Amino acid sequence: MSSETPLDLLKLNLDERVYVKLRGARELTGTLQAFDSHCNIVLSDATETIYELVDGELKSRTKDSEMIFVRGDTVTLVTTPAE
Amino acid sequence: MLFFSFFKTLVDQEVTVELKNDIELKGTLKSVDQFLNLKLDNISCSNEAKYPHLSSVRNIFIRGSTVRYVYVDKNMVDTNLLQDAARREAMSAKK
Repeated sequence: MSSETPLDLLKLNLDERVYVKLRGARELTGTLQAFDSHCNIVLSDATETIYELVDGELKSRTKDSEMIFVRGDTVTLVTTPAE
Repeated sequence: MLFFSFFKTLVDQEVTVELKNDIELKGTLKSVDQFLNLKLDNISCSNEAKYPHLSSVRNIFIRGSTVRYVYVDKNMVDTNLLQDAARREAMSAKK
């Protein structure tokens, strides 16, 4: 417990709902099942939200998945979801 | 190594891979390596109308770095085992 690294914080969120922000105006919320030092992540019961500009108007669409692996190089932040 | 092992347990199962260029490929996972390069058999493209490039391709090697997501069936994954493996990985990464 003496040396806490940033990734140790993620460990506390295993089996909890997390919010993951990704490159390309995408975000995910889901239950954290696994992660590694590259920020590769597996989420269960995840919802992806994609934001897009359509004719200058901000549109969002969502996509549900029961189990999803996310490659770490697109991950920009991980936190707990806003209530 | 955690996700290398994770994907090894999924060999011969049906997965859907979404690439960073938005192409979605569904197929049987045939092999995986330490870079998470993937080999898929018998692929079909779920958004073929938009991306017809691969309509005649059946077997494919995917460079790991081009992958955005891999969608997996829930019942193929032991979540307790996976969480424990993640905890162990976090411990060993510290050293």
